[in-house]
Amino acid sequence: MTNHLLSVILFFPVVAALAILVIPASRVKAIRWVSFVASLVPFLISLLVWLQFNPYQEGYQFEEQFIWYSAISSSYHIGIDGISLTMMLLTTLLTPLAILASFTISERVKAYMALFLMLETGMLGVFFALDLLLFFVFWEIGLVPMYFLIAQWGGEKRNYASIKFILYTMAGSLGLLLAIQLIGVTTGTFDLPKLMEIWKDKQLSIFGLSTSAVKAIAFWAFVVAFAIKVPVWPFHTWLPDAHTEAPTAGSMILAGVLLKLGAYGFLRLVLPLYPMESRQFGGALAILATLAIIFGALSAFSQNDFKRLVAYSSINHMGFVILGIAAAAWQAGSVNANLALNGAVLQMFNHGLSSAGMFFLVGVIYERTHTRKLEDYGGIYALVPVYGSILIFTAMSSLGLPGLNGFVSEFLVVRGALPVFVLPTALSMIGLFFTGAYILKALRSVLHGPVNEHLHGHLSEINLREILVIAPLMVLMLWIGLAPAWIVEVINRAVMFAFSAL
Amino acid sequence: MQFPLLSVIIFLPALAGLLILAFPESRKNWARWTALGFSVVDLILAVVLYLLYNTATGNYQFIERVNWLPALGISYYVGVDGIGVPLVLLGALVVMCGTLVSWRIEERPREFFSFLMFLGTSVLGVFCSLDLFMLFFFFELAVFPKYLMIAIWGSPKTREYGAMKLTLYLFIGSMVALVGALAMYFASGKNTFDMLELEKAGFDTTFQRLWFPFVFFGFAVLGGIFPFHSWAPDGHVAAPTAVSMLLAGVEMKVGAFAALRVAIMLLPDGARAWAPLIFGLATVNVVYGAFIAMIQTDFKYVIGFSSVSHMGLVMIGFATLTREGLLGAGLQMFSHGVMTALFFSVVGMVYDRAHTRDIDKLGGLVQKLPLATLGFIVGGLVSMGMPGFSGFIAEFPIFMGAWKAAPLVAVIAILGVVITAAYILLVIRRVFFGQASPSLDLAHITGISVQDKVVVVMLSLIMIALGCFPSLMTPILETGVDHILKLVGGA
Amino acid sequence: MNAGMFQPWMILAILPEIGLVLLAALVLAFDLRWHGKKAHRLGWLTAGGLLVLMALSLIFARPSSQPLIFGGMLRMDSSAFIFRMVFLMGAALTTLFTMDRKSANTRGEFFGLLITATLGMCLMAASADLVMLYLAIETTSIPLYILAGYLIRDQKSTESGLKYFLYGAVTSTVMLYGFSLLFGFAGTTQIYAIANQIKSGSLPVYLPIMAALLIVVGFGFKVSAVPFHFWAPDVYEGAPTPVTGFLSTASKAAGFSVLIRFFLAVFPEYAPTWIVMVSGFSAASMILGNVVAITQKNIKRLLAYSSIAQAGYILIGVAAGSTLGIAGSIFYLVSYLVTNLAAFGIVELVGRSVGSDSLDAYNGLSRRSPALALALLIALLSLGGIPPFGGFIAKLLVFAAAVKAGLVWLAFVGALTSIAGLYYYLNVLKIVYLYPTPKDSKPLVFTTPWRIGLAICIVGIILLGTVFGPWYSWTSIASTSLF
Repeated sequence: MTNHLLSVILFFPVVAALAILVIPASRVKAIRWVSFVASLVPFLISLLVWLQFNPYQEGYQFEEQFIWYSAISSSYHIGIDGISLTMMLLTTLLTPLAILASFTISERVKAYMALFLMLETGMLGVFFALDLLLFFVFWEIGLVPMYFLIAQWGGEKRNYASIKFILYTMAGSLGLLLAIQLIGVTTGTFDLPKLMEIWKDKQLSIFGLSTSAVKAIAFWAFVVAFAIKVPVWPFHTWLPDAHTEAPTAGSMILAGVLLKLGAYGFLRLVLPLYPMESRQFGGALAILATLAIIFGALSAFSQNDFKRLVAYSSINHMGFVILGIAAAAWQAGSVNANLALNGAVLQMFNHGLSSAGMFFLVGVIYERTHTRKLEDYGGIYALVPVYGSILIFTAMSSLGLPGLNGFVSEFLVVRGALPVFVLPTALSMIGLFFTGAYILKALRSVLHGPVNEHLHGHLSEINLREILVIAPLMVLMLWIGLAPAWIVEVINRAVMFAFSAL
Repeated sequence: MQFPLLSVIIFLPALAGLLILAFPESRKNWARWTALGFSVVDLILAVVLYLLYNTATGNYQFIERVNWLPALGISYYVGVDGIGVPLVLLGALVVMCGTLVSWRIEERPREFFSFLMFLGTSVLGVFCSLDLFMLFFFFELAVFPKYLMIAIWGSPKTREYGAMKLTLYLFIGSMVALVGALAMYFASGKNTFDMLELEKAGFDTTFQRLWFPFVFFGFAVLGGIFPFHSWAPDGHVAAPTAVSMLLAGVEMKVGAFAALRVAIMLLPDGARAWAPLIFGLATVNVVYGAFIAMIQTDFKYVIGFSSVSHMGLVMIGFATLTREGLLGAGLQMFSHGVMTALFFSVVGMVYDRAHTRDIDKLGGLVQKLPLATLGFIVGGLVSMGMPGFSGFIAEFPIFMGAWKAAPLVAVIAILGVVITAAYILLVIRRVFFGQASPSLDLAHITGISVQDKVVVVMLSLIMIALGCFPSLMTPILETGVDHILKLVGGA
Repeated sequence: MNAGMFQPWMILAILPEIGLVLLAALVLAFDLRWHGKKAHRLGWLTAGGLLVLMALSLIFARPSSQPLIFGGMLRMDSSAFIFRMVFLMGAALTTLFTMDRKSANTRGEFFGLLITATLGMCLMAASADLVMLYLAIETTSIPLYILAGYLIRDQKSTESGLKYFLYGAVTSTVMLYGFSLLFGFAGTTQIYAIANQIKSGSLPVYLPIMAALLIVVGFGFKVSAVPFHFWAPDVYEGAPTPVTGFLSTASKAAGFSVLIRFFLAVFPEYAPTWIVMVSGFSAASMILGNVVAITQKNIKRLLAYSSIAQAGYILIGVAAGSTLGIAGSIFYLVSYLVTNLAAFGIVELVGRSVGSDSLDAYNGLSRRSPALALALLIALLSLGGIPPFGGFIAKLLVFAAAVKAGLVWLAFVGALTSIAGLYYYLNVLKIVYLYPTPKDSKPLVFTTPWRIGLAICIVGIILLGTVFGPWYSWTSIASTSLF
């Protein structure tokens, strides 16, 4: 298959961003609509790709390869399998929704929209890349627009949060960068499919260390970079600040897609490149995941800032992704592992939906009340019943209520991981209990109880645009919750092809 | 006889300089337009050179040779290899941009533009020299324009000190290198300054080890190597905008280029023996330079020290003596040249309007100078080694080379990247965003001129284009690197 | 010495010297006629005459295949020829710079003395006999003593003349003692004959060394090398500026011409010894001259110390003792001549207009006259050894010679001290370009002859620094002729 659909998806947003820069800054409306329409284009093409994608074919599809940096034999090599396909869809779906959610931004709209579109390219590139260097390129590039989105349009502590976000991630990437260089130097190629074959058997020695020691270090360099992004406890401290301070749409994308980049890194790079080390250190990873689940939930429970609470919930949910990955690392190729991986990938998708939805809803209420403190709300269900219902629905998805999407993926992860790691999984299930606790706490203090007098008359119902943002997410939540086969099949095949050989 | 492209490129600026001196002093615009016209033509010719350079045959091309002093084997001998071609382009580019950003100079513009043009001839001459004598000739030619331009048009507080420090530092370096070069001339027994001949001279190992440090470090002073770097920040800060651009953007490359061409290529055994020391010092450059940049409160000093940090990477690339390292060093020279020229031009635009460079007293400038802000951000991203920009494609191979030659260096030097990110982002935020300090009257700050816009846009686009398409430049550099590897016998 | 016996063509060989005598007489004669009213013409006469003599020298008095003439009194080889051109050139330029100086142009003696000194120099460069040499040195020195003290109403000038005379007399006595020592043992005054005796080993071993030590005092005084430099700053400061220029260039070149010929001809056997000696003088001159110059506040004193330092650089070439080294030294002298004359020419003009030689007088010179500032820049940078000016090539040549001769340390001393040199030259330029013009600054008075003189110097500096091929080959021939 040699069409350039992926490249079109990848670079259309950049082209659109440049086009937006040409529009006069005063024509705010035009800018908004052009960006929105432009962001729909990649979504529509990715639907087309989804339809054309053959889940039963092994390997990567829609591959494209050009020489990019011949001097160090790196090429522009992109392609997708079922895992990246899912992530692509998530990204191209969330971006237009986030842009639609950003119509309330009125300061420097042009720059905002351009950055948003560039951000989309950065994220998609990571999912498409089949070249280690290219992967890193997009991995880092995505940081820049996000940094500026937080720093320019964020909340009160945006300066601190944005710097913390970018430095944390960049510092985390240093090890990754070094390890990539090491791989490039020792193998002479950055091409992922090739590396997957040769790197695991490669013998090398530096600083007088043995092959296994060097590889273990390189493994941890990868893991730390991705763990910071996910984030896995204890590398998570940037996240609450960044999420809380980011503008609503920024939080949506951060939680919805950016966190997935880290998990995707585990799937695409860590497991295939370091099967031995994965097996060796899978247990440690599982423990970290469990701690993330438990501490994430406990921390979320103790927050009284609505947005911060949702932010901590991400740590909790992403813990399940990591738990699934850890299980697969420990028992690569087994049925349990495949189940767990299926769950992990689906959880990535689901968390993308629910967290984006939650952050959006927090944003909706914040715009009306200008407070995020839980105690400043209260009883608003009575004032805004539609909003309240939507919030409950989305929160239930996040909580993992059977019948909604969160349940399916968490069940798969737990089912796959339980035989592998009995104790950590059991503890994680206790974590699930806390998840219920903090979500219900949030719902109670926001929606129920006595109506806060300040809010009377100031609170307007959710409007049509906002409903349009949340509706697709809700549809998907329900759809996956009731009939997950369409997506699970794609993921399952991809997981089998990719990991059964290990 | 073919068209003497290189000679025309080298001497066009000097011709412009002489012409400008001949104008009456009152005709300020004549000086400006002449400088601009000549430098534009020069840039076009440099682009032509870049396009015409045949990467298939490689080696030295566009050779011209005229006997100068046959008795001593001195000739006017120009030619460029794959390392030199991008640098010629860089030189012509920065000279033109320097002319544009200096458009508003009202204080003796005639002398200013004339000296600027002489400086241009000096740097271009070095990049094209195939004769050791000629290399020194052009190298030293830069002394008086540099000194006078800093001393006359520099920032009033430090210009005398900065100008003198810079000039003397560089003069010391070049003098030491000169003695080393003379030793090479006699030791070769060939009675020629022809560097192509000297490449084949086969100096014995003891000789090479003895003389390499003199020649290398002599030139590397201009490249800003630790601990001889302190001229750079002081000089850059004291200099007027265009000179800072040329100094940091091109002159530092002249030093690095000469260190490569004369020391490493002619004394390869020496280079191998001394590589560990260069690694050590250059790593200090990278990390220490970045740390010091972080604690500066003067906007321009931040950029001054960042140059020190980045030039360290070039030196690391040299010291690896590997394909990747040298290639990366070549790219880094170009990339850093463009980047720092952009930085200094934006610093100049800010200073001209705000009349202060104190970071604490700036802020919120994005409202008035959006394009300059954007340019500075692009420069900052290049500086941070952000993928998609030229800095990344330059630094990446350098680190790969370091992995091959000295892994520890790679591990330590990479710290510089994150420190750089920290100070660049802090500076961007404090200068361009956030609240303007009360002392800064934002309302009276005017937008940047058309000339400034051209500079910002052009330099930014070049870095992005190179970052996205490294093969715009790598084939040419590779031919140069191949030649060096043949000499040093490395892999 | 049959070859040296008198023959009619030998007259031709010294035609320029004879011409100098005639010119001096002519100037003195016309002085009576033009006295006071048309004094300007005297200058033109002198300069024109010197120019004619240069042409004559070029046409008729070229070095012949048989250089030793007049019974071995003179040796008219390429070296003598080149130096003669240098002296004539120096005298002509000095004349051009002096012509409009009120205190000088009214009296013909000034030019007469100048011409006489030039005559002595020409003979110095050609002398091959101790007696001839001594006479030539004195013919040079005595007019210069008078010229240095020429401004009799100016205390400094008189002091300068007296000081110069006293130092000159003492050192020349010591030198004469050295000559007599050589003559006493060798029984001949012809230096090439003495050389043969030394070679054959018929003289006591210590004698040539002792003689060399005594003689070098005289030569060292002439070239103002450390430690025989004490006179220079005071004399340079006090003497009329054009005379200072002449002293620092032509007179120094004359000293070097003798020094080089004498040491190469008489003591080749003792080369290792005197090379150490000369290297020592050279290093000391470079260090002391350059370091002390930094603190000077008077431009003439500054240039005096710079001139001491320059002597050190020229001595590098001598210390190298090779054809390359000597060629380098001669090249250096030629380039130094035009450069330093240009510098003193400018000092003369500024001093004449402003009435001061203090560095403050140069504040903001570039605003008063950009062209003059540019000329000063060229001169000073050439002194500092910066391309594309003559000084760069000259320095490069002597350094190269030192490296080739294994005197790497000397080359390093030269390289490092030249940084101090650049420092104070740039300091002057800083004053010229950077400092504001004083409000009550007097206008600069340019005159035509001065302009011509300066133009020649500047063109010379640039030509020497760019098209150095032909100049170098001449100095190279001159150098070869000495071995």
